[in-house]
Amino acid sequence: MPATTQDWDERYYHVDQILEKPGPRTDPGFLAGDEVKEFLREKCKILVIGAGGLGCEILANLALTGFKDIHVIDMDTIDISNLNRQFLFRPKDVGNPKAIVAAEFIMNRVPGVTVTPYYGKIQDKDDDYYMQFNLVICGLDSVEARRWINATLVNMVDPENPESLKPLIDGGTEGFKGQARVILPTVSSCYECSLDMLNKPTAFPICTIANTPRLPEHCIEWASVLEWPRVHGDKKMDTDDPEHISWLYNQAAARAKDFKIEGVTWSLTQGVVKNIIPAIASTNAIIAASCCNEAFKIATSSAAYLNNYFMLIGTDGVYSYTFEHEKRDDCPVCGGEALDMSISSETTVEQLIELLIEKQDIQIKKPSLSTPTAQIYFQAPPQLEAATRPNLTKKVSELVPADGEITVTSTSLPFSLSLRISYT
Amino acid sequence: MLKIWSMKKNEDAVAKKKPKTSAAQIRVQKDLTELDLPDTMKTHFPDPNDLLNFTLTITPDDGMYKGGSFVFSFAINTNYPHEPPKVKCTQTIYHPNVDLEGNVCLNILREDWKPVLNLNSVMVGLQYLFLEPNADDPLNKDAAQELIKNREHFLSNVKQSMRGYNIKGVQYQNVMG
Repeated sequence: MPATTQDWDERYYHVDQILEKPGPRTDPGFLAGDEVKEFLREKCKILVIGAGGLGCEILANLALTGFKDIHVIDMDTIDISNLNRQFLFRPKDVGNPKAIVAAEFIMNRVPGVTVTPYYGKIQDKDDDYYMQFNLVICGLDSVEARRWINATLVNMVDPENPESLKPLIDGGTEGFKGQARVILPTVSSCYECSLDMLNKPTAFPICTIANTPRLPEHCIEWASVLEWPRVHGDKKMDTDDPEHISWLYNQAAARAKDFKIEGVTWSLTQGVVKNIIPAIASTNAIIAASCCNEAFKIATSSAAYLNNYFMLIGTDGVYSYTFEHEKRDDCPVCGGEALDMSISSETTVEQLIELLIEKQDIQIKKPSLSTPTAQIYFQAPPQLEAATRPNLTKKVSELVPADGEITVTSTSLPFSLSLRISYT
Repeated sequence: MLKIWSMKKNEDAVAKKKPKTSAAQIRVQKDLTELDLPDTMKTHFPDPNDLLNFTLTITPDDGMYKGGSFVFSFAINTNYPHEPPKVKCTQTIYHPNVDLEGNVCLNILREDWKPVLNLNSVMVGLQYLFLEPNADDPLNKDAAQELIKNREHFLSNVKQSMRGYNIKGVQYQNVMG
C-alpha cells in the first residue's frame, strides 16, 4: 500500500499537547495554536549536516516530531561497519551514498515528510543555499567541517536582515561522552570560541615511534608517519583506500613482530590512521535526542532552549553538566572588532594606516592589512614587507572594491579587526 | 520561530558582518606579521601570495652547528591552529633529532602542540635543536649514540657532515652557506 501523504486524526496528539497551550515557563513570544503548528509543519525548513551515527537518529527524531521539510548533506557512502548503529541502512545499501539512502528511508517510513538529500561536501554549497533554512543541526565527526559551517553561518549574519541569523545546533559523541550545544551566530559563543576545549588528537612523540615502540599504535604510526613518505615520496596517503590501509597494516605488523608487540590488526590500523573513536549507538541516541528537542523548542518557542552547552560524561557512571559557554572577544570568527570606514577614493594605503593608528578608539600599532584574496601591507617578515611595500603609495580604491573587507591584525589587537570600506 | 533578533538588538557589542577570510588565514597573518626572529632565522616565501607554504632558514651563530645554513619547509593546513604546521628539514643533515628523510623530533610539532602556541614558538624550538641537540629523543640513532659516547667525535662528525662528507655510508649535504 502506498504511504499516505495525508495527516490522520491524532497523528500529532502528543506533540500538540505542547503546542496548544503555554506553560508557566514558556517564552513570552510563544503563541499557542494553529499558527505555530503550521510553521513547524508547513514552513520550517531544517538542514541536517551528516547522515551517520548521529544523523540517522536526528533525521528520524525530526520527522517524528513533525518537521516536514528536511534537507540532509553527507559526503560519505555506507560501509558495512556502519550497520550496527546507523539504522536507516541495510546490507543492500552498502556502497551507496548515506544522504540519499537515509532520505528515501525516512520518506518511506514517515508519510508526508520530504527529505531532500545532497551527496557531497558542505563546502560545495554557497551562502544562498544556507540562507534558505530556518535552522541547522550538525551531527559531524570532523573538527574541520564544524569550523567551516560555524564560520559560514557567523559570516552570513547581516545586520539589515533578521532572517540571516540561523541557529546552529551541534551534536558530537566520543564513546560514552557527548555534547550538544546551541549556537546563535554572533549572539552567543560560537564553535571557534571553544576550540581550545577540544581534546587534542592522540599523537605520540616521533622518536618513540622511530626507536622505542611499545604499543601496537606506535607501529601503525611508524608505518603511516615515517614509512609511507619514505617509500612513496609525495604520493598522498588516502585513508579511505583499502589498499593503502593494507600496505600500512603489513608494514606495521612486520615492525610489531620485530619488537614483539601484539595487537596490530587491520581494523586497528584503519582506526588509528583515520582517528576513529569507538561509536556507541546509545550515546548517539541521547545526544541526537537532545539536539532535536532544542530544534523543536527553537522552531516553536514552546519552551526554554539550551543555553548553551550540554555535556554528557558516561565513562564514570552518568554525569552531565549544562553551562553557558562564554563568547570570546578574541575569537577569530565571531569576536574581534568590526568597523565601517568611509574614506576618499584618493586615500592611499599609507594614509589609511596612519588613519588607523590615529584612531583613539581602537589603539592600534603597526597594523598589517589584507583582503580575503590578497595582502595589502604586511609589517613583517622582511620579504613580505618588501613585496607589499609598493602598495603603500597605491590608492586603497585600486585594491579594495566599495563595501570590500580589509582584515587588520596587530600585536595590540586581541585578534583582528575587520574594516568595511566605503568611498566618498 | 524563536525571536533571536530581538536578543541581538540588546547586545551592544554584536559584531557586524565579518570578512570571508578564514580563521586559519587570519591567524597565519597574525603569526607571520608578529614574528620576532633573531638574525639567525629568515623566512622565505616561494610564492608571496601563498602564506601557508614557506621555508625557514636557520644559521646558528653559536654551538656545534655554527656556520651551517639549515632550511626547513613549513606547510600549514586550513585546520591551523587546531593542527600544528607540518615542518620538515629539506636537507640531509647529521643531527640526533632529525632523521635522514627530514623528519624532526620536536615535542611541540606533535604531542605537545596547542593552539595557543604559534609559528614563532615553533621556529624558536627548531633553533634550540641546533644549540642543544638532544640525545634522549633520537631520530638519527647513530648520531645520538655518538653524542653520548664521544662528544668530541660527534662534533667532528657534525663538522664533516656540514661540509658534505660521507659518514658511515651516508652522504650528507653541504650546508655551509
